[in-house]
Amino acid sequence: MNLSILILVPLLTALALLSAKGLKQVRTVALLGSAAQLILCFILFYFYQQERATGNAAAFLFEYNYTWYEALHINYHVGVDGISIAMILLTAFVVIAGVLVSWKMEKMNKEFFFLLIFLSLGAYGFFISLDLFTLFFFLEVAVIPKFLLIGIWGSGKKEYSAMKLALMLMGGSALVFVGLAGLYFNTDVNGAHSFDILQIAGMNISTDVQKLFFPFAFIGFGIFTALFPFHTWVPDGHSSAPTAASMFLAGISMKLGGYGCLRVATYLMPDAAQQYSTIIIVLACIAILYGAFATMMQTDLKYINAYSSVSHCGFVLLGIGMLTKTAIDGAVMQMVSHGLMTALFFAVIGMIYDRTHTRQVAQLGGLMKMMPFISTVFVIAGLCSLGLPGFSGFVAEMTVFMGSWEKADAFYRIATIIACASIVVTAVYILRATGKAIMGPVVNKEHLSLGDAAWNEKLAAVLLIAGIVIIGIVPFLLKDLINPGTEIIIQKIAGSIK
Amino acid sequence: MITIIIFILLFLKLGNKEIKNGTLINFVNVLLLTNLASGFIFQKTGWLFGDMFYTNELITFEKNLLNLGTLIISLQSYNWLKDHKHVPEFYMLILSTLLGMQLMISSNNLLMFYLALELSTIPLAALANFDLEKRRSSEAAFKMIISSAFSSGLLLFGISMLYGTTGTLNLAELPVQLNGSPLQIFSFILLIAGFGFKISAVPFHLWTADVYEGSPVAVTSYLSVISKGAILFVLVSVLYKVFAPLSETWYNMLFLISVLTMIIGNLFALRQQNMKRFLAFSSIAQVGFILIGITGQSVEGSASVIYFVLVYIFSNLAAFGVINLVSAVTGKENVDDYKGFYKTNPGLSWVLAIGLFSLGGIPPTAGFFGKFFLLLAGAGKGNYLLIGIAALNMVISLYYYLKVIKAMFMDANENPIEKIHAGWSPRIAIVICIAGIIITGLASGAYQYIYSLVK
Repeated sequence: MNLSILILVPLLTALALLSAKGLKQVRTVALLGSAAQLILCFILFYFYQQERATGNAAAFLFEYNYTWYEALHINYHVGVDGISIAMILLTAFVVIAGVLVSWKMEKMNKEFFFLLIFLSLGAYGFFISLDLFTLFFFLEVAVIPKFLLIGIWGSGKKEYSAMKLALMLMGGSALVFVGLAGLYFNTDVNGAHSFDILQIAGMNISTDVQKLFFPFAFIGFGIFTALFPFHTWVPDGHSSAPTAASMFLAGISMKLGGYGCLRVATYLMPDAAQQYSTIIIVLACIAILYGAFATMMQTDLKYINAYSSVSHCGFVLLGIGMLTKTAIDGAVMQMVSHGLMTALFFAVIGMIYDRTHTRQVAQLGGLMKMMPFISTVFVIAGLCSLGLPGFSGFVAEMTVFMGSWEKADAFYRIATIIACASIVVTAVYILRATGKAIMGPVVNKEHLSLGDAAWNEKLAAVLLIAGIVIIGIVPFLLKDLINPGTEIIIQKIAGSIK
Repeated sequence: MITIIIFILLFLKLGNKEIKNGTLINFVNVLLLTNLASGFIFQKTGWLFGDMFYTNELITFEKNLLNLGTLIISLQSYNWLKDHKHVPEFYMLILSTLLGMQLMISSNNLLMFYLALELSTIPLAALANFDLEKRRSSEAAFKMIISSAFSSGLLLFGISMLYGTTGTLNLAELPVQLNGSPLQIFSFILLIAGFGFKISAVPFHLWTADVYEGSPVAVTSYLSVISKGAILFVLVSVLYKVFAPLSETWYNMLFLISVLTMIIGNLFALRQQNMKRFLAFSSIAQVGFILIGITGQSVEGSASVIYFVLVYIFSNLAAFGVINLVSAVTGKENVDDYKGFYKTNPGLSWVLAIGLFSLGGIPPTAGFFGKFFLLLAGAGKGNYLLIGIAALNMVISLYYYLKVIKAMFMDANENPIEKIHAGWSPRIAIVICIAGIIITGLASGAYQYIYSLVK
């Protein structure tokens, strides 16, 4: 299977959108395009399983290598392993849900869907890249559409948030660039340098070099995934963005960073990852706790979810920092789980806001009476967020804790306990918001006349819930999928211990 | 090669006839196109005027770039020129500067270089004054002539001292004679200062903003793209070939100048309200990035500089093309005037946005590739501090580019710029620019070709 099709489909969809006229045509094209993405991703998943079943044990499947800039040894090199497939599937789910919840977008709808689809192109490209240049290219492709999405269609102090997000993410990519350039000039393939991830992984880069450039790459990608203290764009960006963009930001965009930390920083510079693991764990724990406590203070539903994203993404970094097989498995699972859960959360908040025109918890109440479907979805998302068994959040967080407990050392134990403790805080804010807004007495009598979800909203929610529940009940599906991918990373790390 | 010059002279004669403006401009554009095409067809390597004049494939390619840029500018300025009284003079002046630049790139002798430089600068000062009724325009011209005379003086002083210490002005013979004596280094500093004036590198940039703001947009874009590009081509070849023995010295100098240029250009650009002034400072910052590529001191270094100039022609002219149109039709030049521009002119807004993204180095535009290669070439020297500073400067520069984007797409405005109907010739120019921005990056052909020429 040719992976470039994953880039081609969004590209064609985007071009088709440009020629579409009127809201009806535009949204039909966008829906068809994103449905095609989803189907394609399932086909890819199927083919991947087939290949693995026939015993193809190569690290990356469906590789395609095209010499792009021969003089600089830059290739367009793509390929997937289990981790990428998981991310690609996540992207497809979130994109189609995002298109569905923006069904009634009136203002400049063509541009809106165009940018949304364009964002997905960047995400797919990023996840399938096996060349650092291509990877960096797609990482940056995905920045500017976010700026426009938030700035044009957002709410609140949208210009400020959009600018903050764009500049912080570009700052992140600037750091990533330094890290990549440092790696590039310390590689040697027959006298030339290389950006190829597989080639670099097969090389022994000296520990000094790794120690110098690991922080650049890790912090750079870390900014994307809300690494403390570079998380400040998250609350503003998420809460000002329109619903679909929030879903995309929290669901996929933050995962670009986590994936980058894992695939580029940790996989290519394992020595340095070991050296710095303490610092990563400390930062991750701060993010987890700080995010959780900051969420307690929020009164705006979107801010609640945005800060809780900081906390949840802390688990991803914690898992990566622990450097054990189980913990990294957990980190990847947490990325997928958080992506689905937070997209669902933002979708449902958007639905509530569309009807009540408020996101303040204090002004909501008794929504269960007026909109049972939406309220149920809200409850499911909340329960998943606080890690109730049966949903994906439990599986992912549990795996991270198991993995981090494997490290028998007082420091790692304390970190694990701190992280576990945050779950209690999560339960507090989730249950409080749910109790007040969903259950409680009706606050505003005008809300009594509001209707429940329309078909498009229901479909979006059902798709995302299906993902959450499947991972929650049959977690080995995801576990087996990502297993070979994390195995390689662990081998690389284990190789460096010697 | 000579054919190109003959073609240009042909223009000059034509320019004297009295024809209706519109037809004349179209006619000149066709000739410019032929000129561009002939540059690709007649590729020769050779010498002329007794070692004074030299050309090879790389030089021809660089000249083609300049021809292309001139053609685009000429197409873009249709709206502005068609009501102007002195169209023939405009073309006469602009073509003589072009001739000067082509001679300059080909010169193999410092005297010849100086002569060509003057030929290219003095008409530019006259061009800066081409909005005859505006006081600002004359002010710009006056500033330009004084500062360029000053920089020429420095250059001449440097050249004469270089001659005094080495006994030759021939660029091919100079490197052998260079031994790094203090006097040679001093003369080199003077030369760099002279170059610095022309490419407006900090601390020699003070004339830039005022001249850019006062001149008509067409001239501003010519100044910032073509004139700068030509000098950069010469600078690269002079530094890499002639002053290679002094590379340690100039590496440190360029390091300092490029950091200053980027930071000061960026910081001043942050607060600008006038579009032309804003682009003037942004172009100063761009020069800082280009100097980083030069510090790479490698084949990648010079290839990336030439490639970046190509990209820069497309991206800056895309931005200037829109500003030119708006300024010609409405006379508005402030960033605030562009508020709500998207509502009335969606197409032009996207063009300006793509141009600015390319200047800011956002993929998938060619600007991303240009910047990436420049910084990569700079990183090849192992100076990651410089690269780090540059990368952070890219973030600062993105801020002010995004400010314009924000004004166009997000801000509401009571009376936005009205719908502008561009004629066919500005449209062609814009299409060329946008196609260039998208294709030169994603397709690696252009860079590969330049790389093979430089090697």
